[in-house]
Amino acid sequence: MSVLLAEGLGVRKGGRAIIGDISLTAGPGEFIAVVGPNGAGKSTLLAALAGLTRPSAGEVSLDGVPLARIARRKLARARAYLPQNPMCEWPLSVERLVALGLTAHLPALGPLPDTFDAAITQVLADHDLLERKDQPVTTLSGGEFSRAMLARALVGRPELLIVDEPVTGLDPVHAFAAMVRLAAWAASGNTVIASLHDLTLAARYAGRILALKNGQMAGEGTLSPTMIRNVFGVESRMRGEGRSVTVDFLES
Amino acid sequence: MRSLSAGLGLLLVVAFILSLLAGRVWLAPPDIVFGHNVLASLIVTDLRLPRSILALLVGASLGLSGAVLQGLTRNPLAEPALLGVSTGAALGAVLAIYFGVTMISGAAGPLLGLVGALAACALTFSLGQGGGTITLVLAGAAVSSLTAAGIALALNFAPSPYAAYEIMNWLLGSLADKSWNQVWLILPFVLVGGAFLFTTGPALDALSLGETQAESLGIDLSRLRIAAIAGTALAVGAATSVTGAIGFIGLVAPHLARPFVGHQPSRILLPAALLGALLLLVADIAARLVHLGPELKLGVFTSLIGTPFFFWLVVRLKRTSP
Repeated sequence: MSVLLAEGLGVRKGGRAIIGDISLTAGPGEFIAVVGPNGAGKSTLLAALAGLTRPSAGEVSLDGVPLARIARRKLARARAYLPQNPMCEWPLSVERLVALGLTAHLPALGPLPDTFDAAITQVLADHDLLERKDQPVTTLSGGEFSRAMLARALVGRPELLIVDEPVTGLDPVHAFAAMVRLAAWAASGNTVIASLHDLTLAARYAGRILALKNGQMAGEGTLSPTMIRNVFGVESRMRGEGRSVTVDFLES
Repeated sequence: MRSLSAGLGLLLVVAFILSLLAGRVWLAPPDIVFGHNVLASLIVTDLRLPRSILALLVGASLGLSGAVLQGLTRNPLAEPALLGVSTGAALGAVLAIYFGVTMISGAAGPLLGLVGALAACALTFSLGQGGGTITLVLAGAAVSSLTAAGIALALNFAPSPYAAYEIMNWLLGSLADKSWNQVWLILPFVLVGGAFLFTTGPALDALSLGETQAESLGIDLSRLRIAAIAGTALAVGAATSVTGAIGFIGLVAPHLARPFVGHQPSRILLPAALLGALLLLVADIAARLVHLGPELKLGVFTSLIGTPFFFWLVVRLKRTSP
């Protein structure tokens, strides 16, 4: 089990600071939701935490080793990353798509070892995709496709899962189901970091909220009307608690 | 995939034997096996064997490189000419003809062609490096235009009508009048280039998910691009420098193989190479058998049968895209 640590993290693109001075620790069993308005730097933060964007300041480390010094394949075995709106360019079958999640586990030469078949079948069953395994992914519905992508991310059993807006474009039922899966992955001793726009989902399933505004950390901890006011600049009302909490924005 | 490759391999053997027998002089199988007939043995060992082996090498290079480049760019219209390799090789060979170097040594054309292909690839790569695959494709288009301009210039200022005729002839692409020298010349380049191209399989699979996800899966994208470009430059560059430009094989072969292997980029590589070799071998046999006065150039023939395929591809893309 591993601990992700970011210290004084900053990313500049085209001479402009996208995020700056962000520090956080994420340990096993934690589900962290990154929230914030459009353009706050959520995607950039997630890409930097995943080691896919080189920080211009500070650094990210996994178990004390800076990401830049971990070999690509080794890092790929420990962490999975799903970008916003993931896509597949060829009409691969669902099973093949999911198997791509094991790329870093593959031997240098030769086909997929048989032991991986069990892992693929298991993850397909977990995501209700067994019946669709031979179907081209291009013919799946949006909900099925995002489920297949999540299965692709989880098939390698990553200790660290980073997902950018996993529920955008999903209907409420599928969105809840996706959140339950992410929370379950965290609960089984892994770290999950996801950016979310739906504050109700974030409040219900994430153990910790990380709020971004203009590339800076604007709040951390439990979601509250004060945090929402600081980050989004709107008044809100929270009702209920635990997995029945709801967040409503109020008209000002 | 295995049965597809085995089936293609079998067809390839049949086509290869046919290629030894067919031509202006038809040979009977016993002539090849026993060698009673001295003339037949000469035709086979000195003319048809090197020609058929060249067809295999060139066709396989084109098909394999096309499959890799379509996987790399995730663009169904990608082909070896994309990176400026073919026109680079053509420019090198054309300059050799233009300056009369080919009069001094028969190997000068292919050698300069190879230099041209490598130079064009190096230029494409240094121009498009660090900007992702789209930038690379644009750089390839720019280099292609530049080398095409160079070829046009050489034609424009050709020292004699005979040189212009020779340049035109070479540009049309042909396997006629090739000997063992050309086989030995390109063989090492095709083998090394082919090895580079075959290593890209797993990375091309991961690239189905786009560049970000491929990187997150541990793929080194710059290494993938280098392998694809270097492999194409060596294999296709060497092939083109001997035969001249042969179009459409690199475009068509991957498309024909794709539906049979579940569209997985790594599984297309071997069938595409085999199909490329088969297509070129069959096209060469056909070009030999068609008698319309002067020889029908192989490059012209592949273009003639390849263009309808291009039409079909466009129509199908229009139908399947939203």
